[in-house]
Amino acid sequence: MAIGSFFTSFEWSAFINALILGISIASIWLIAALGLTIIYGAAGVINMAHGEFIMLGAYSSYMLQNFLELPFVLCVPASFLIVAAVGLVLERGLIRYLYKRPLDTLLATFGVSLVLMQGVRLIFGSDPKYIAVPPIFSSNIQFAFVNISVFRLVVLLVTMAIVAALWALFYRTRFGVQVRAVMQDKEMAASFGVNADRIYMLTFALGAGLAGLAGSLFGVLNIVLPTMGTAYVVQAFLVVVVGGGTLAGSVAAGGATGELQSIFAYFTNDTFARFVLFVLIVVFLRIRPQGLFTPAAKRR
Amino acid sequence: MQADRRSFMKAATLGAAAAVAAPYGFVKSINQAWGAQSWLKKGEPIKIGLLFSLSGGLAVPEEDSTLVMQYAIDEINKAGGIAGSPIEPVIVDAKSDFNVYSEKTKELILRNRVVAIFGCYTSASRKAILPTVMAQNHLLYYPTCYEGAECTQNTICTGPLANQHSKDLIPFMVQQFGKKVFFVGSNYVWPKESNKNAKVWLEKAGGELLGEEYIPLGGSEFGPVLNKIREAKPSFIFSTVVGASDIAFHKQFKQEGFKVDSMPIASLTTGEIETRAMGNEFGAGHFLSAPYFQGLDNPTNHKFVEGFLKSKYGKNGTTHYNMEETYLSAYVFKAGLEKAIAAGGIEAVTPRSIRDHSGGVRIEDAVSPEGLIWIDDQNFNTWLKPKIGQCQADGSFKIVKSSAEHVAPDPYSIYPDLGKCTADGLKAADGKVRKSVI
Repeated sequence: MAIGSFFTSFEWSAFINALILGISIASIWLIAALGLTIIYGAAGVINMAHGEFIMLGAYSSYMLQNFLELPFVLCVPASFLIVAAVGLVLERGLIRYLYKRPLDTLLATFGVSLVLMQGVRLIFGSDPKYIAVPPIFSSNIQFAFVNISVFRLVVLLVTMAIVAALWALFYRTRFGVQVRAVMQDKEMAASFGVNADRIYMLTFALGAGLAGLAGSLFGVLNIVLPTMGTAYVVQAFLVVVVGGGTLAGSVAAGGATGELQSIFAYFTNDTFARFVLFVLIVVFLRIRPQGLFTPAAKRR
Repeated sequence: MQADRRSFMKAATLGAAAAVAAPYGFVKSINQAWGAQSWLKKGEPIKIGLLFSLSGGLAVPEEDSTLVMQYAIDEINKAGGIAGSPIEPVIVDAKSDFNVYSEKTKELILRNRVVAIFGCYTSASRKAILPTVMAQNHLLYYPTCYEGAECTQNTICTGPLANQHSKDLIPFMVQQFGKKVFFVGSNYVWPKESNKNAKVWLEKAGGELLGEEYIPLGGSEFGPVLNKIREAKPSFIFSTVVGASDIAFHKQFKQEGFKVDSMPIASLTTGEIETRAMGNEFGAGHFLSAPYFQGLDNPTNHKFVEGFLKSKYGKNGTTHYNMEETYLSAYVFKAGLEKAIAAGGIEAVTPRSIRDHSGGVRIEDAVSPEGLIWIDDQNFNTWLKPKIGQCQADGSFKIVKSSAEHVAPDPYSIYPDLGKCTADGLKAADGKVRKSVI
């Protein structure tokens, strides 16, 4: 009886909507985590500034839109480039000296995250900013009882496109072969003529750029604030840790956690869903600390 | 041997007792020494503390509070200060961290010797500093809305209590849109207490509560909640979602295909600042209950809005209820301090005497942008007229209903069993008075 009253009544239409929503939540968590996956997976850097890269992406879009009057559709790829450039500078100026000291990268990137957050606050102030989107993006699609907002669909499609592009990059290009070689054994790859330093630089910039791209989308779903990144970074870390640091792992982990969150939230409420999800993740990591899919080869 | 041990025990006990008691005597003597040293001196500036967050997640509303306080202080100083002395603000950054709030409170009272503290935006930070404020018998001006259920002898609040906030809003919405309501709130004390209040009004209005959902503070995923609302089909939504989450909520409401005409959100927090941050198209059509709106049409408000936005503090480009309540607190302080000075001279003023003289203080139409308000002489909250505004397409609010009468603040309206808040403490039904209840 207690359990019966605890759960809301079950209806198929609402449940299917919850499942569809789960896919959308999964895509949001996944796109937030993709940049982190690449930086962690390839370079082994635990990037605490990831949330601030997301925030920078949102601010880039805001800036481009308000000062250059770029349409939103162009702001998204432009944010990728801007934040990738920031990532590149950061890697050259700081991170590359710390590859052999993974714990120091943790502290250094945490420091960077504070610098970025306060820097943005100094420049833009702490009042929230607003990114305008074409009206079509703030509508929704409905057929029969199924509802989904256009913008959630956009995020889902962008996420799928990026995952496909990353897969092609890593498994179908020369650059991808080099990245995987460096991931497996840096010294051995270097001895075969791969410029490991350059690979690290490019993957870090790529990861930062992806965070920026995610940020420009989140600025529409949510709010543009200097602190907005912290809301996503926990989710992103969870996806990466559960996934094991590989692309396939992150896709699976993002999908599973997002879908479970939505299903639990349907049966109980949002707060309880989060609680159950985190407990499940802790139990999962106790049983399988290396995550879902781990690279089989030696790690540094 | 026995005697020896006994005398030893005696000596030890006495020694221990002395050691325990010594600091109290010491502290007491320090307090007496300070008591002798007056808080204010003639001709010297009147120091007050501004304890708001200028960085971190709470900076969005609290930075505005600091700015509007500085504006009010400038205004008062230009008009000759208080009893000839200018006000001098001591501005600190509480960094959105509750530990910093309480540290800075001690610093403001003991080191800077401010005569009053103006600060906090969330109930959590207020509850963090109140023990210090009460232990020092100091004075906190809490310049925003809160849930009530507190009865201290050291606070003055210039915002609406939960009982004033939703009294008109709920019946108005039920009448305009229908009986079925869905509550959505942020997951902390203020929304939960406000919802308890709202339920009382809802019952009186004959409404029906379909569901109640809470989102973590700062959370931005409203998909699951909106999914449930879609199933429940309420006539309107009552929202106590705050801060960044509130903006995400309004955005996703529209993005998920909800129509504001058939199911508007009635909020206690979504004002001019939030609307500007989310974009006017996401705010338009929704309702807000507050004592103040930027669009209020009276000469005092026109002067306040114009003066503030033109001043060096008006960079954020808007005024809203939270800022106006903060602005009022400066004038409540001025009036209370003037009465305290008139009663016993400036040297005799203590933070507590300012509070005791603030009961019944009136801020007239000529000063108060929201119109006449006065401080309750028992619980030291504010008598005010709650108003309901509807957000327009340009982001401004149109007043659709203004309470005809001033509504009394009642911090224990939903807990009548606990007693009634009086000037000396919380008075229970059996006549017992408890001081400093938080």
